[in-house]
Amino acid sequence: MHMKTTVASLLAATMLMGAGSAQAETLRLLTWGSYAPEELVQKFEEEYPDIDVEVTFSNNEEMIAKLRATGGAGFDLAQPSHDRIHAAQLEYDIYKPMDLSKIDTDVMSPSLLEGVKANTTIDGEVYAVPHQWGTSGLMADKSVAPDFAGWDDLCDPQYKGKTSMRLKRTILLGTAFAMGEDPFAAYADLDKYQEILDKVADKLIECKANIKAYWKGGDDLSAMMLSGEIVASETWDSTAYKLFNQNENIVFVPPKTGALAWIDTFALPRKAKADDAAYKWINFVLRPENVTIMSASTGAIASVKGAKDLLPDDKKAAVNAAFTDADIDNLKFFANIPPGVEDMEGKTLEKIKAATGG
Amino acid sequence: MTITPAYDLECIDIAKSFGDFRAVKDVSFTIPSGSFFSILGPSGCGKTTLMRMIAGFETPSGGDIKIKGASVLGTPPNKRNVKMVFQHLALFPMMNVYENIAYGLRCKGVSNDEIKLKVQDVLERIALPDVGHREIHQLSGGQKQRIAIARCMVLDPDVLLLDEPLGALDLKLREAMKIELKLLQHQFNTTFIYITHDQSEALVMSDHVAIMNEGRFEQIGTPQELYHRPNTSFVASFVGDSNRWSGKVADSDGTGGKVRTEQGLDMAFSAAAGQTISTGSEVDIFVRPEFIRTIRENDPAAAISDGDNRMSGIVDSLLFNGANSRVLVRGWSGELIEADVILTGTDDLAPGEKVDLVWSPAQAMCFEKTGAA
Amino acid sequence: MQQKDIKRLTLYLLFAPFVLWIFLLILLPHIGMVILSLREKIAPRVYEFGLGNYIDFINEPIYWNTLLRTGSMSLLVTALALIIGFPIAYYIAKIAGNRSRGGLFLLCLIPLWVSDLIRAFGWILLLRETGVISTFLLSYGIIETPIEFLYNDAAVVVGLVYTVILFMIVPLVSTLDGMDNSMIEAGYNLGGNSFTVMRRIIIPYAMPGIVSGCIVVFMLTAGSYLTPILLGGKNSSWFTEQIYDQFITRFNWESGAAFGFLLLAFTSIVIWLGLKLSGQTLANTVAKS
Repeated sequence: MHMKTTVASLLAATMLMGAGSAQAETLRLLTWGSYAPEELVQKFEEEYPDIDVEVTFSNNEEMIAKLRATGGAGFDLAQPSHDRIHAAQLEYDIYKPMDLSKIDTDVMSPSLLEGVKANTTIDGEVYAVPHQWGTSGLMADKSVAPDFAGWDDLCDPQYKGKTSMRLKRTILLGTAFAMGEDPFAAYADLDKYQEILDKVADKLIECKANIKAYWKGGDDLSAMMLSGEIVASETWDSTAYKLFNQNENIVFVPPKTGALAWIDTFALPRKAKADDAAYKWINFVLRPENVTIMSASTGAIASVKGAKDLLPDDKKAAVNAAFTDADIDNLKFFANIPPGVEDMEGKTLEKIKAATGG
Repeated sequence: MTITPAYDLECIDIAKSFGDFRAVKDVSFTIPSGSFFSILGPSGCGKTTLMRMIAGFETPSGGDIKIKGASVLGTPPNKRNVKMVFQHLALFPMMNVYENIAYGLRCKGVSNDEIKLKVQDVLERIALPDVGHREIHQLSGGQKQRIAIARCMVLDPDVLLLDEPLGALDLKLREAMKIELKLLQHQFNTTFIYITHDQSEALVMSDHVAIMNEGRFEQIGTPQELYHRPNTSFVASFVGDSNRWSGKVADSDGTGGKVRTEQGLDMAFSAAAGQTISTGSEVDIFVRPEFIRTIRENDPAAAISDGDNRMSGIVDSLLFNGANSRVLVRGWSGELIEADVILTGTDDLAPGEKVDLVWSPAQAMCFEKTGAA
Repeated sequence: MQQKDIKRLTLYLLFAPFVLWIFLLILLPHIGMVILSLREKIAPRVYEFGLGNYIDFINEPIYWNTLLRTGSMSLLVTALALIIGFPIAYYIAKIAGNRSRGGLFLLCLIPLWVSDLIRAFGWILLLRETGVISTFLLSYGIIETPIEFLYNDAAVVVGLVYTVILFMIVPLVSTLDGMDNSMIEAGYNLGGNSFTVMRRIIIPYAMPGIVSGCIVVFMLTAGSYLTPILLGGKNSSWFTEQIYDQFITRFNWESGAAFGFLLLAFTSIVIWLGLKLSGQTLANTVAKS
């Protein structure tokens, strides 16, 4: 008797909960740290009271790993970089095509939109649209390293023990450009690319003695730079902008051979369940007033027309201190990574790490 | 005092304080070579502290300890030729019997061949020649006991200290080990100092016993002396069983007289050895059960000599224990008195019978009360 | 009869969480990993069954060098943790009074209250070139230019020892605690000096605790990730980092799974060897303390 009533009440409770969840949709965002500022999430939830936003912070590699583990389930909107979609989709089938008619593509900067579309079109279907873009390059303390200008300056003996880099693929590509190679062009010919990687590895092993330490995240890089333990480093531009606000001598330096540019995108995981909410979020963050809030948090520039004017004032100053128009023309956008390249690059990085060079 | 090497161990005014607490208060004694000496006292009396000072685990706050005539105060425990059998034996569980015994020899740097000989020799002397390869946990309680002694004796100590080593054994084994310990002591002819709170262990085995209470020695003597001629009321009550009365001396010539007990009973007594008891002093009187005769009331066959104490009462119960049987008699003022009886199985006393208790004044040991006690 | 059934049911129910835990969280993932590690990648979305991932490991000196390096550094950390932890454990178990004991234990425990990451950052603050130690030495004129204590193997070892030492102390304290003080006194009484007593009595007695502490510490160290990454220098590679890279950066799950297994096998072999050499058994050590 008792049993029955308990079961009945449990059932009732479950049904109620079920009804509750049917009413409020959940938008599960898989994105970068700082790409979903609390202010924007609140504003979005006020505008769409029936949508709950859940945010998971991650990075390119982990995004792919997470989606690969579930076959593209568990999240409704992901934000990988533009060069990390094509191969991941071919290999693991984790995304689904986007319906561009549901997105206000008119406000987007046409060149960035076309660039991302070109990068992420498979069998005539587009898998991503741009969100924010930024660069990887160098930063230097102008008071002690005024002439710092290129990737190879990290290995300049006059800064011995005073430079840093992150031992990831960016530095491989940057060094390749500094050596006069075009690694992106070599993606088509992996043997050629391996040759370039070997040369880069030799150069970076030789350079090891010049490096103080490899940084692992924005925090340790900032600490080393602000304390003066290093005077120059490879960096993300957003980190450099943040430091510029604390010490005006520390500026982002677009390398002579061009800063490496990435575009973080919007992509729909293959088993996403809240596509409408995802499109609403995309259009929401493209609105000019929201772009400013987003850029203040991310330090990156939105892929909308006139984005630079929408930057918050302090970031605007940092960007102006870093880039000339020529620098912007000189940007090298990351090219799609063909299958197999990650493995080649991984091996090269291991070789550098394992080498005893100081 | 001149040093007499005939003593294996001398303690001179040895004292130990822990903060304000004085565990051992100026104890002096000497132990002749080759004797079995016990220190008997209730727990907390300071006997373990005293032993630990002799072994070197505690430093005395005052006084001197001499072994074979030489002071050992500055000698660390591992350099003293005093070995110790611990309460729980402290055999090393990770070594077998042979290694346990060989341990001390190895510390001395004795050669392997000699160790083998000595270990085998000592194992034979404790009558366990074949246990060398066994692990400690494979031994019985009595065997462990003997191994613990052998482990010390193989080092040929001047003095062997034993800290209640029989405490953990069951009763039957304990009885057997008492005799065995005595025999072992004879065999090794080494001075044994045996610490215990169990009077029967001390009385059975020892040549001399020191009774210790509250940090000092109450009396040192042979077991018989302690039993029959205690110096203090503590010794009288602690060693052996006794009936106890308190009272006031009504009449005394110094060595004996009459006491009126608190129950209003008049009792003749004799003062303990060397004590003078004057009229009017508060005293305790002890009478051992075996010196009290129980006779049926108005039994014409009973011979009662003049001057014997006599008390009437009713048999409360019989405590049958073979040759050690006792009777509990309730006196007219309500107290229970124990007396030894011989129960033959026919015509014995029965509860409810009226009896007279009779004992000689010489067996009524009287002590002046000290302080509040 | 009915009661017996109920009893049996209760037993099953009591054991169910344990069995489920073992099966779902330990056995199943490992089986999955074995299968994954035996898949060779031929082309995108094409796999073949084979030992290729293991062969790759053998053919690439960087991999097995890293594994050996991780193993030997872990052994060093274990040895240091033992050398530093033993006196502490001995003090807690045998010398400290009952009251100070709880406090001392607590002190050892405190590092575990903060996360790995915070602990590593604590060390970074202390050891970096502009950090506390360097600045302190500089201000007292002991050194003339700032010294970088961070980003080298020594920093990694120090950080790891600090992290794992509690796992050495706890089993040591519990075995030493079970040791009768009179055992030590007997050691002295029978003529042993401090060294002999330590070597022949205390250490053999504490052996189960020593071995179990070493096993736990070695496993924890070899499997640690954050500390070696954050404190390590340019050459300080750690095998777990290699596994992470295979899984996450290179999307090579097959090879990562193989590496994971190799680490497990390697640590198991080291522990087996250690048990053989010390004459202990697993049941005797880990189960006991």
